[in-house]
Amino acid sequence: MEDEGEGVRAVPLAGHVGFDSMPDQLVNKSVNRGFCFNILCVGETGLGKSTLMDTLFNTKFEGEPTQHNQPGVTLKSNTYELQESNVRLKLTVVNTVGFGDQINKEDSYKSIVEFIDAQFEAYLQEELKIKRTLHSYHDTRIHACLYFIAPTGHSLKSLDLVTMKKLDSKVNIIPIVAKSDAIAKSELAKFKIKITSELVSNGVQIYQFPTDDESVAEINSTMNSHLPFAVVGSTEEVKIGNKMVKARQYPWGTVQVENENHCDFVKLREMLIRVNMEDLREQTHTRHYELYRRCKLEEMGFKDTDPDSKPFSLQETYEAKRNEFMGELQKKEEEMRQMFVQRVKEKEAELKEAEKELHEKFDRLKKLHQDEKKKLEDKKKSLDDEVNTFKQKKTAAELLQNQAQQAGGSTTLKRDKERKN
Amino acid sequence: MTKQHENHRDMNFSHTVLKQSGGSTLLGYIGIDTIIEQMRKKTMKTGFDFNIMVVGPSGLGKSTLVNTLFKSQVSRKSAGWSRDEKIPKTVEIKSVSHVIEEGGVKMKLTVVDTPGFGDQINNDNCWEPISKYINEQFEKFLKEEVNITRKKRIPDTRVHCCLYFIPPTGHSLRQLDVEFMKRLSHSVNIIPVIAKSDTMTVEERQEFKQRVRKELEMNGIEFYPQKEFDDDIEDKSDNDKIREMMPFAVVGSDKEYQVNGKRVLGRKTAWGIIEVENPNHCEFAQLRDFLIRSHLQDLKEVTHNIHYETYRAKRLNDNGGLHPITSNDTQESNL
Repeated sequence: MEDEGEGVRAVPLAGHVGFDSMPDQLVNKSVNRGFCFNILCVGETGLGKSTLMDTLFNTKFEGEPTQHNQPGVTLKSNTYELQESNVRLKLTVVNTVGFGDQINKEDSYKSIVEFIDAQFEAYLQEELKIKRTLHSYHDTRIHACLYFIAPTGHSLKSLDLVTMKKLDSKVNIIPIVAKSDAIAKSELAKFKIKITSELVSNGVQIYQFPTDDESVAEINSTMNSHLPFAVVGSTEEVKIGNKMVKARQYPWGTVQVENENHCDFVKLREMLIRVNMEDLREQTHTRHYELYRRCKLEEMGFKDTDPDSKPFSLQETYEAKRNEFMGELQKKEEEMRQMFVQRVKEKEAELKEAEKELHEKFDRLKKLHQDEKKKLEDKKKSLDDEVNTFKQKKTAAELLQNQAQQAGGSTTLKRDKERKN
Repeated sequence: MTKQHENHRDMNFSHTVLKQSGGSTLLGYIGIDTIIEQMRKKTMKTGFDFNIMVVGPSGLGKSTLVNTLFKSQVSRKSAGWSRDEKIPKTVEIKSVSHVIEEGGVKMKLTVVDTPGFGDQINNDNCWEPISKYINEQFEKFLKEEVNITRKKRIPDTRVHCCLYFIPPTGHSLRQLDVEFMKRLSHSVNIIPVIAKSDTMTVEERQEFKQRVRKELEMNGIEFYPQKEFDDDIEDKSDNDKIREMMPFAVVGSDKEYQVNGKRVLGRKTAWGIIEVENPNHCEFAQLRDFLIRSHLQDLKEVTHNIHYETYRAKRLNDNGGLHPITSNDTQESNL
């Protein structure tokens, strides 16, 4: 309708056709599918984030409050199924645990940004699949970020400015002054002005309630001027008059949560849920998600070619990249194979060397052994010869002795004996 | 504040229910049901696109029927080729768009006409230009969707509904009818209608319809509303009733006559006036209610969620590109 003004004529209807039921048909389909809404609460520990969520949704969601000694910032998310008349809502509340508790807060914003990006990434992955089921996808992207500002009454902390600056292009930021019953009304107005001017001078883009639809333009623009909302949360009820109202009771009076003179809680609920919930979802999808998608795809190397060049450039770029990568993979594989072959060769050579050495050693030893053996044999032989010679001599001597005994007297024997000795 | 919101404040508003593992807890009123009103307002502002294609041999009253359906001159009648115009040698695709508004709802209606379909002696492959056109619209949408910088609202020219006109022969479907519907029922929502049904008596009509339905079933042709896309039991029973009545036997007319003191659309014959919107005379009113008043959005959704997705998946698979990015994927490691 907005961009197809040229060449399309309007024709009058001659009677009731019935397509004015289209919005109903569409709404019915959406109702059957159910809705998702995801809120992220960013703020230091102890600012009443969980209590505010409980107050907004009229229930006690979580367990005990968190400690102040977390080493880093973690995000805890809880999903709840709410139903009101025929509307089913999957509400997810994400809390930043440990935000602002560390001594060095330089990296505090990082886990938050990573979380938000992770939800975008999950959606992008689903969108890029070949077989996808987008219409039944459980959308976890953050639709609204409530940023809790501490009620110091002075100005924004540098942590707040840095964090909001990092988040403003990724999520719809709605800044709120937490525990605002700590500030007097006169100071509150000044505080709000200070915050708004600091946000503007630092270029932080907070979420503006849309003013293009006449039915809500007025209320939205009024609300825009009340930002940041000064809220008070409470799940306890106090009897005022003859009604039970949500309030915080002090010795000097009672702060009523739903009293617009006391705090902006009603405004917040009105804006967040009853008037702009759908717009928050739409902005998340058409602005923040598209920005993320564009940056991510460009990072991956895809480009939109000019209108008159090849069609389906995204796919072709992807193909080219894939081929390039496959080529690299193949090259690496080749290299690895070569290296393997090389190593095997080397090892083989080593082993051969060792084998050769062993053989040589063996031969040497054998030769040594043989030499020794020969030597021993020679010695043995010579010894045998000596023994033989000795035996011969002995026999000869005995013979002579016998002869001498028979022939001569003992003197020759003695003389022979002496001679022998 | 919206009117609905005020109503909530005045009466005992509905209580919200929180579903938990143990059961459900009743909470006070939060106001999340206002999202319906928010959504409705948004859609009224943006308006709708609807693209309807009419297929059938010439002379079956296609343009008249569309004009009757939308109560305006959205389709140019080609009745009576002038001496200079010839019957097209191949099937042409002619699309004309108009903007119509009713009850604050703006609709851009595009009527795609297919002159020449079934008019030749040899009608081989006469469905091809039509199939090509349908795929071209899918391709256009896909290209836009795949861009890095995307338009806020991608113009939707995809054919949401194809009215197939069956000649009222009284016998059965022709081979051309079966071939066409078989081939195209997987890429577009086909709604078969029996045209010029004032040539049949009520009994002849019933018999013809039954025969046609049986033939469609025998040939495995799933016309809209397709059984496999019924969401739940309620849907199924509603759609079953409609499927029993299809194909609708219709009569179209843009002339009004006085009947019983009322001005009605009708056809005047020597033996009486056929009232188009009289459910006793023909099934035009049922077709209109079904097509426009109850299933208009569903036609678009089935086209988008099923026919378009099928085309997209096939297209991406065929070219071997944009395979699903898994956690082990190479692209991930490049980042």
